[in-house]
Amino acid sequence: MAGYNLKDVMSRPERLAPGHRMCAGCGATIGVRAVLRALHEGDRAVIGNATGCLEVSSFMYPYTAWEDSYIHNAFENAGATLSGAETAYRALKKRGRLPEDENYKFITFGGDGGTYDIGFQSLSGAMERGHDMVYVCYDNGAYMNTGIQRSSATPRFADTTTTPVGSASNGKLQSRKDLSAIIAEHNVPYVAQTTFTRDFKDIHVKSEKAIYTEGAAFLNVLAPCPRGWRYETSELMKICQLAIDTCYWPMFEVDHGSWRLTYEPKTKLPIEDFLREQGRFKHLFKPGNEDLIVQFQEEVDRRWEDLLYRCNR
Amino acid sequence: MSRKDRMSGNEAVAYAIRQVNPDVMPAFPITPSTEIPQLVSTYIANGEMDTEFIPVESEHSSMSAAVGAEAAGARSMTATSSCGLALMWEELLVAASNRLPVVLTLVNRTLSGPININCDHSDSMGARDTGWIQIYAENNQEAYDNFIQAFPIAEDERVHLPVMVCQDGFITSHAVQNILLEEDSDVKEFVGEYHPEEYLLNPGRPIAVGPYAVSNYSMEAKYNQEAAMIRSKEVIKEVAAKFREKFGRGFDLFEEYRCEDADYIMLIMGSASGCAKQAADELRQQGVKAGVLKLRVFRPFPAEEIASALSKCKAVAVMDRCESYNGHGGPLSCEVPAALFMNGINTKVINYVYGLAGRDFTVSNAAEVFGELKDAAGGGQNIRQCRYVGLRTREGQ
Repeated sequence: MAGYNLKDVMSRPERLAPGHRMCAGCGATIGVRAVLRALHEGDRAVIGNATGCLEVSSFMYPYTAWEDSYIHNAFENAGATLSGAETAYRALKKRGRLPEDENYKFITFGGDGGTYDIGFQSLSGAMERGHDMVYVCYDNGAYMNTGIQRSSATPRFADTTTTPVGSASNGKLQSRKDLSAIIAEHNVPYVAQTTFTRDFKDIHVKSEKAIYTEGAAFLNVLAPCPRGWRYETSELMKICQLAIDTCYWPMFEVDHGSWRLTYEPKTKLPIEDFLREQGRFKHLFKPGNEDLIVQFQEEVDRRWEDLLYRCNR
Repeated sequence: MSRKDRMSGNEAVAYAIRQVNPDVMPAFPITPSTEIPQLVSTYIANGEMDTEFIPVESEHSSMSAAVGAEAAGARSMTATSSCGLALMWEELLVAASNRLPVVLTLVNRTLSGPININCDHSDSMGARDTGWIQIYAENNQEAYDNFIQAFPIAEDERVHLPVMVCQDGFITSHAVQNILLEEDSDVKEFVGEYHPEEYLLNPGRPIAVGPYAVSNYSMEAKYNQEAAMIRSKEVIKEVAAKFREKFGRGFDLFEEYRCEDADYIMLIMGSASGCAKQAADELRQQGVKAGVLKLRVFRPFPAEEIASALSKCKAVAVMDRCESYNGHGGPLSCEVPAALFMNGINTKVINYVYGLAGRDFTVSNAAEVFGELKDAAGGGQNIRQCRYVGLRTREGQ
């Protein structure tokens, strides 16, 4: 990908039209546009989508924001639905009902609710069967569409509507599930974790690899939610940068079983820098809660070390 | 030319699937329909068909993948039973509301609990209001014939609805019977090629499937679905007529067995119709004018046609192989009297529940029911409704 040129990439035609109903400062649509910009000119796509903010805001009858063919089925089955569409493609190609030179790519989007939790089985099945598709999780760390309930992607101590902070509670009790590693353990050809950086190169390169690697691929994109995380919409890019510079959200890829770090901060910042920007962690900065931040830091450090080991072995 | 053979119902349906050779078939095993995906996989492994089979990880995913494949433009189908159908419940609604002509071959089995693998109709009856056309088979021949007819019905432009083709678990799915099999070429010709108008993989003509629709639009979508279900009745009759013309057998909405002059009619679905007919034959020899109305099509519900067929008899036994737990009878026992009432027919009706979870329903059981009908019509006895046939406790008798 030596030829990456931000200006060129950004000037490609948009495949998600403006005018949809997603919030300002939402990471999901930025993620969608970044992933779809990696499609090569002339290639067609079938886009899948689990139920969630993205679906209800981008395809409200009779309007659709999607330039490509698009299917929303239900909350928990984006993996299976696109399995069916991708298999249909192979069947129609085999039977001569699609022209030889027509290339379709299969990309599905789901939030962490539809991916880590209720759609986990469907995702796992689709990955294991090896459909030639990309599953993109836009991970905003809670069920945002239904009003900010905790998910297995929600970080520890986050204040959500089902793990509310109160006099007897410091927010979510459990640490987040490491879904990228779990999908990597499916031994699919390509898994990557990414988010938005100033030049958008990391997500672009990984999206292109995911789309053009034959077989099942999984992209986990940290996609902040201003409502759930409680930040100023203009702070989105700053928060993403802090997520990678604190190593809360490391950027890496697992290409045919080979783990590789794609970004290593020059100086690993303390986790407070990431937490302080977000209202959902406000309680951690109250006097007497210093230990909670220490615990959070320890978890980040442990996972970071584990990732370094995987990437360097 | 038809060919005589002996086959189980599962084998017959798998044979028909090979002949139709659909584009995509996702499936997950569940007793007693497991043999169907097994046999299809074997046909594929031996190069006798080239359907893309998806070995999904659950029934929810089998119907989800069928929805994805059908929306993409591929003729798609799956098979299941019982809890498998219950698990794909949500997706049954999605398939129907997206107007996708998916075909599901259902081998009827009771729902848990207690967990039990044998036949009753509680699985398909539970899905009766999901927007699927439902066709039931008495025997292996009908399971085969109905499956072949399912595609032309589902894919007709007046319909665009999914079709569930039902047969009774073990009783027909596993029992071997004589059967007439049609030539591959004749079946292929009858089913025809699938050319959807709008689909995901239509180059240069992208579509979006599965919208969020606000109240301004949702109600019209649901009305259109119902309108299609109403229209499907004529299409089912047309396809049945075409089938009869080509292959020389079959019924459209229901079979009327010795009903023309019958005083007592048993309305029943599925394999137990055979026992009912045998009982009617025996009673006829004793001078009792008994008949059987075997319902083939439960959705759309042929209310007017049923009311007309039952308008001249003295009493009707409505037989449900399913309990509704509603305190006043199974699904047929609610819908048939409603059909009579709405059409101004005042025939005496008694509701029966029989054969739950594989409980035998015998010729003598059927004869007893006819006997009770005779008593009821005579007015000498006040026979209670919602009666159980063959129950071991006295209370339900």
